[in-house]
Formats: sequence, C-alpha cells, structure tokens
Amino acid sequence: MKEFFAFVRKEFLHIFRDRKTLLVLVGLPTVLIVLFGFAISTEIRNVNIGLLSLDDDISVLRLMDKLDRSEYFTYVGRFDSENAVNEAMRRGEIDAALVFPAGFVPAMYGPEGAEVSVLVDATNPNNASMEVMYLSQIIYGYFGEDMQAAAMSAGHSGGGGRITPNLRMLYNPQLKSSYNFVPGIMGLILLLICALMTSVSIVREKETGSMEVLLVSPIKPINIVLAKMIPYFVISCAILVNILLLTIFVLKVPVEGSFFWMILISLIYIILSLGIGMFVSSIVRTQITATLLCGMIFLVPVMMFSGMLYPIESMPVALQWFAQVIPAKWFIEAIRKIMIEGVPVRYVTTEILIMVGLAVLFFTAAVVKFKDRLD
Amino acid sequence: MDLEGDFTIPKGELFGIIGPDGAGKTTLFRILATLLRPDEGTVTVEGMDIVRDYRTIRTVLGYMPGKFSLYSDLSVRENLEFFASVFGKDVKENAGLIENIYCRLRPFEKRKAGNLSGGMKQKLALCCSLIHSPSVLLLDEPTTGVDPSSRRELWENLAELRDKGMTIIVSTAYMDEADRCGKVAMMKSGKFLLAASPSDIVSGFGKRLASVRSDDMFRLLHDLRSMEGVGKCYTFGDTHHIILKDGTDMTEELVGEQLVSVYGHTGVQVRRIRASLEDCYMNLGEE
Amino acid sequence: MEKSGYVIEVEHLTKRFGNFTAVDDISFDVRRGEIFGFLGANGAGKTTAMRMLTGLSFPTSGKGRVAGFDIWTQSELIKKHIGYMSQKFALYGDLTVNDNMELFAGIYGVPKAEARSRIDLLLDRLSLMPEKNSPVKDLPQGWKQKLAFSVAIIHRPEIVFLDEPTGGVDPAARRQFWELIYEAVDEGITAFVTTHYMDEAEYCNRISMMVDGRIDALDSPHALKEKYGASSVAEVFDILARGAERSE
Repeated sequence: MKEFFAFVRKEFLHIFRDRKTLLVLVGLPTVLIVLFGFAISTEIRNVNIGLLSLDDDISVLRLMDKLDRSEYFTYVGRFDSENAVNEAMRRGEIDAALVFPAGFVPAMYGPEGAEVSVLVDATNPNNASMEVMYLSQIIYGYFGEDMQAAAMSAGHSGGGGRITPNLRMLYNPQLKSSYNFVPGIMGLILLLICALMTSVSIVREKETGSMEVLLVSPIKPINIVLAKMIPYFVISCAILVNILLLTIFVLKVPVEGSFFWMILISLIYIILSLGIGMFVSSIVRTQITATLLCGMIFLVPVMMFSGMLYPIESMPVALQWFAQVIPAKWFIEAIRKIMIEGVPVRYVTTEILIMVGLAVLFFTAAVVKFKDRLD
Repeated sequence: MDLEGDFTIPKGELFGIIGPDGAGKTTLFRILATLLRPDEGTVTVEGMDIVRDYRTIRTVLGYMPGKFSLYSDLSVRENLEFFASVFGKDVKENAGLIENIYCRLRPFEKRKAGNLSGGMKQKLALCCSLIHSPSVLLLDEPTTGVDPSSRRELWENLAELRDKGMTIIVSTAYMDEADRCGKVAMMKSGKFLLAASPSDIVSGFGKRLASVRSDDMFRLLHDLRSMEGVGKCYTFGDTHHIILKDGTDMTEELVGEQLVSVYGHTGVQVRRIRASLEDCYMNLGEE
Repeated sequence: MEKSGYVIEVEHLTKRFGNFTAVDDISFDVRRGEIFGFLGANGAGKTTAMRMLTGLSFPTSGKGRVAGFDIWTQSELIKKHIGYMSQKFALYGDLTVNDNMELFAGIYGVPKAEARSRIDLLLDRLSLMPEKNSPVKDLPQGWKQKLAFSVAIIHRPEIVFLDEPTGGVDPAARRQFWELIYEAVDEGITAFVTTHYMDEAEYCNRISMMVDGRIDALDSPHALKEKYGASSVAEVFDILARGAERSE
C-alpha cells in the first residue's frame, strides 16, 4: 500500500507542477458555463417596448408600468399612430409594441372578447417568439386578474369576459436556455479530464521510457494505472462541484430532482470515463495517438450526437442509432431528466444501467489488453 | 529481431556488450529485464527462468533503459524517493550503496531533473536503478551523449559496485569502456561473435598490425589503401592503423620506404604495435 | 565576396541568461578548410556558443562573423551559407532517401538542374544508389548519419556545423563517418565539430576546450598534448575539466 500511495503522490505532483494544464482543466468548465450561460443565452433582456393605445384607459397604462418594472422590458413611450410605431421599430428605438384598439377594455368584458396586437421585431426569430410568449403571458395574467376582480365586485362569478387558455411551458417556465447545456458541458468536461488526461498521462510514461523501469519493479502494473486514476478522479469531483455551484448560484438554475442521484450518476460517469481513458492507453503507444483517439472517437461525438448542441430527435435515423453508442449521451440524458425535469430516479434506470455496463466493459477490455511486458 | 548465442555471466562480473546500432542490444536487454519473451531459447537470471519467474526476478533487478529520462518535472530528491517507494524501500536504508554517486547530486537535490546536465541526469538515473539494492544491474548504453569526465566517473562507480558483489551488464559504443569490463561480448546483427575477457580478446588477435603517421593524414589514408599487401586501413586517433596481409612480403619498414619514395609523403612513421580492443572490434567477423 | 582566411571570427562573445553566464567572453578564429574540434564537458557552454554562431540566438555582447557575415545583422545570410547536422534531428524517416535529399536541396535553394547531379553524386559516394527509393527509417543508424551529413552539405556551404554527429555509433561506423568529413574538407568545406569521443578529437586540425563558458585551450592536438605533457587528447581533457567549477 505504501508503494501505491507514493505513486498517487507522484501523480499529484505531476498535475500540480503543470500549472498551465491545471488552469485549463479548472478554468475551462467555468468559462464554458459562464459563456453559455450569459453570452450565448437566448434569454431575453432589456426589450424596448412601445405602446399604441387610442384610449386613455388606466389599466392599460398600469400594464405598461408593470412591464417596465420587469427585468425583461423597458417601456419607451406611447405612439399615436401605427406608422409612428413602424418608424420607431425601423430605427431600432423599440423592439416590440402593444397595440390596443379603441374600446379595448370594455370589449374585453363583453361576450365577444377583445383583441390586442403584439408587434415584434423578428430580425432574431428566436428572441421574437420568446418576446411574444412573454408578452402574451404577462397580458393574460394581468387582465385575467382584472377580469376576476371585476367579476367579484359585480357580485357574480364566471360571468362575462373571456379567460384565455393559459400557455404553460414545461421544465423551463422562464425559458432559460442555460438549463439544457449544463448536462452537456458536464458530460464533455468530465470525459475530457478522465479519458483524455488519464490516457495521455499513462502513455507519456511509455514514451519517456519510465514505463519500462516501472514494469521491471515489483509493483503490480495494474496499480500503476489505478494510481494514475485517483488524482484525475479527485479533480473530476472538484470540477463537478464547481460546475454545480456555478449552475445553481450563478446561473440560478434550480436542481429539480434528487441531488443524491445526480451526484451518484455523475460518479458513475466519471468512473466510466476513467475506464475509457485506461482502455485507450492500453492500446496506443504515443501521446499524439492517445489525444487523437480520445478527441475524435469520444469527444467530438459528444458534441455532435449527445444532444448537447442538436436535438437527437431531429437527426436522420442512422445517426440516431449511432448516438445510442455514445457513452456521454446516456449521462447527459440522465442528468437532464433528474436535474431539470425533476423526475424520480426510476425513470433513469435504463441510462444508469447502460453506463454501469459500459464502465464494466471498458475496464475489462483495458485489463485484458494491459500487459506487464512490452511484447 | 534474431538473436543468436549462448553465454553465461558469473555472479559479480562486470559484463560489457558492444555492437553497432541495430545489432540487437536493446532487444537483449529487454529480454534480460523480463520485458520481452524470447521466441526460442531460455534465459535464467540468478537461477530463475525469465518467463516463469519474472515476478521474482523483477525484485532483484536494476534496469536503466537507453532512453530513460526520469521525471523531468520532479526534483532530484523526489525522483529518488519515488523509485525507492516503488520497490517498497526507504531511501535511508539503501543510502549506503549510492552514497558515492549521490554525493555529487546532493547540492542539486531540489532542482528539477529536467534541468540537470547530461552527466548529472545519468548519475541520478543510476541512483534510481540502484535504490532497491538489486543484485543484477542492467545498463543499456548509459554513456551515450555524456562527456568524458562524467563517463569515467560512472565507470569508477560501476567498478565499486562490482567490488561489492553486484553483477553488472552494460552495453556501450565506447571501446575504452569495454576495456574496463571483466568480460566483453561483441554483437553484430543479432549474433554474438565473441565473448571473452578483454585481455583474451586482445591476445587472440592473430594479425600483423602497424600504426602509420605522416604530414598529410587524409592522403595517407587513400595511399595506404592502394598499397599491395595492406589488407585494411582505418583511422585511429592521430594515426592510421594498417593490417598487413598474411603471406605477403610487406613489412613495416617497406611500407615506410614506399610512402616516402613512391607516394612522396613526409614525416612518415611506421611502427609495429599490439592490438587494442578497438582493433579487434574493427577486424571482427572478417576471419 | 572576398574570401578571407577565416570562416569564423569571434571576439569577446558573451551570452548571459539572468545571472548565469553560459558563454563567458570567448574569442577564436576558425581557418578556412580546417576541421575544428569544439570540445567541452556537458554544460560547458558549447551548445549556446553554437546557437549564436549558426544565427539561432543573439549574443549578450561581443562580435562575430561567420562565413563573412555579421552574427548581429546578417543571421539570415549566415543560415544560407552554413550546413548544420545534429545527432537529434536527422532526416524525415517516412520519406525516401531521394525525397529527403530533394527536400533539403529545395530548402537551401539549390537550382533544380544542379540538385539532380549533386544528389546523384552524393548517393554514389555513399553507395546508396540501390537504396534510393527506400524510406530512411529502414536504413541502419550509421547510414542514416552519413546521409544526414550529405544532406547538410548538399548546398556546398562554406562551413558545416556538426553537433555530436556520431553519438551512440559503433567504432566502425564512426570511422566511415569521419572519412566523409575528410572528403568534404578536401573539397574546401570547413568542418566545426563537437564530440565526446576523444579519439575523434585527434582527427581535428585544431581543437578548443571549453570549461565553464571560457575557452581554456586552443591549438592543434599535438601541441596541446605537448603543452600539458599528456599522451592523448583525452588526458588533456581530463586535466582541463578537473578545473571546472560548475557542473551545469
């Protein structure tokens, strides 16, 4: 055991002496999370909104005031014609406008109901559709309250007016786009560290000739490999904690499901990735091949086929089938279900079993391929 | 790689292996180190079979491969401690064996191994392969790229280790190093052509050898090669060595005379000499 | 360009890295057409000095001319007029013998028409014609080194720098290599050689000994042996290296 811990210590020294790589390993997830969370975010913010209303109804003005106070919209001002609204939108002064027809409020309480137009600058269709959704939601909510209050004061319930169907958005009620990429980044980073770094570090010993010396020592070769994994396991756990903290406290994405199972699934995935790294290192001789193999066979497909960037459902069937063999796909799906959908763990049993199976497969293959000789 | 040959190395021998690159020296070392299994034939180390008992052999073996480069990001001390612990040993309990080598490294204990000079790196690598007090030490070309002073120090260290009873097998491209071995094996393309003590090899040299010198050494080389009766001619330090063919009337005196009268050389010196190990190597396999 | 009697002229060349003086005020000349042995222990400053002479790094102070060009202002011209071969970088193993030669002839700007005849001449001299189309990695080490040398002089440089060209090579192959150097020198190329083999130092016309960044001795092997009362250059080396203070 003393031998083993000396080995682990040495691996930690290697990692901590190589400051630049360590910085990349720890910095990369942080940068990715923050980048995806804010810069690439499709969440809308600071939308300038105008108003065209021919009546001076107080409830319409109160609505605008409410919009202005929300973090998404800024009320710019009132226009007196549709032309003026169009002109302002063309000049970029407003991104959206609400157009209330004359007699909107009384008509709302009438049996026919009333219509409000929502005009949106659709240069960015994503933002536009989201703005429409936000606005309709706020309007429905606002006037719904008004109508209820009116009905109450009139002394009869469920009378006039029209209650519009509520648009409900599942899993991401605020449409925060940060949600979906978090499991993807976890899948990518953990694979990068466990598979790529471990295999490169083992193969480096082959390249520098120290593996020959280590093989010709009483230490069991399998311990050499296990000792290499421990530091990367520890680092992976630290990075996992880092990602979760960033996600929960900086991006303010709440964890809907069981925290315990989320951590456990991540640990299974970390072990699976270490198995991949060990397998790769047992079949290659140079650091370049190890990097290419891990990069091309495992990392690139994670980006393409794990559902991180593109939804798997919209891919051709052949590629959908291919996606099933990507280890990270199962992890990302499981985490997405637990973390964002908040489903009980029985709904991710398939994913967990597949990951455990793959881990056993890779470790067995690696141990079978691993030799304590050079031939 | 085909390897051919039988030899035994007695305990406590300093055994040298000489041969050109690609002769199979590294393959031989890997077989002895239990890293490769021979396709045919058997090897025993300390009486144990290298295929069957390789685990036990590995506890008594010290091995320094040709391209061994230590961990350049670890310090001198850290490297040493790591290799000691790999063998389940403590640096202190084995410090005595390496003291004479390590004393030169002690001032640099905290320096990263990657920042040591070639000679120092070699010393550290030797310490790391000795730290578990092996009874058999294998060194694959330990002195390539090492300057003459450091080489001599290394060989003094090896002699001390041999005197303490260690069996040492070392390959080298330097003939002066081979001279320091108790026994030398010469390899060419996987075959052992000769395995004997340096003095036996030298006294078994059955040819007439002479050293020649003149004021124009480059022209001298070509002129000697064109001479009747001169079998082989090669540079040797500040002289050229020639082999006089068997059964020729040519003598050292005649060579000298002809160089002056026929080829117009000045400052000619021709002397009959005894062969050195290097001469034997140069004429190897041409009997 | 006027051809002086010296291909390398160095005055008070110094290179410092922080507090460490790698090359300490060295001055020497190399004569046209000689074999100049540049000896010293590991870490004595040989490599640093060679880098400055081959235009790869600037000195901290001092003057120097190589092949008639100033090391401060004309390093690009120097690179065109010298050849360089080290033990570490030899040739591209996966390219054939002929490809390697054509590649380096191209890199050094040898005209196409002339390159062909020079390559054939060199291949012929090395008896490598039959191996012309085999990948370099399949050749024995000794041949690789001879080929690397031929490539280094394919553009007929005025001076060829050889950095431990024969490391790890057996005595027979080393001799064949040195005969190539002799031939090149016979054709007027100057050879600047570092080596750890002291018998090779004896082949040089003149040798310099670097100790702790300084040149402590410079003369013909014969004169040095007389001066230090030694029987071989190896002994001279030992006497001088013993005075070394730094082992790095």
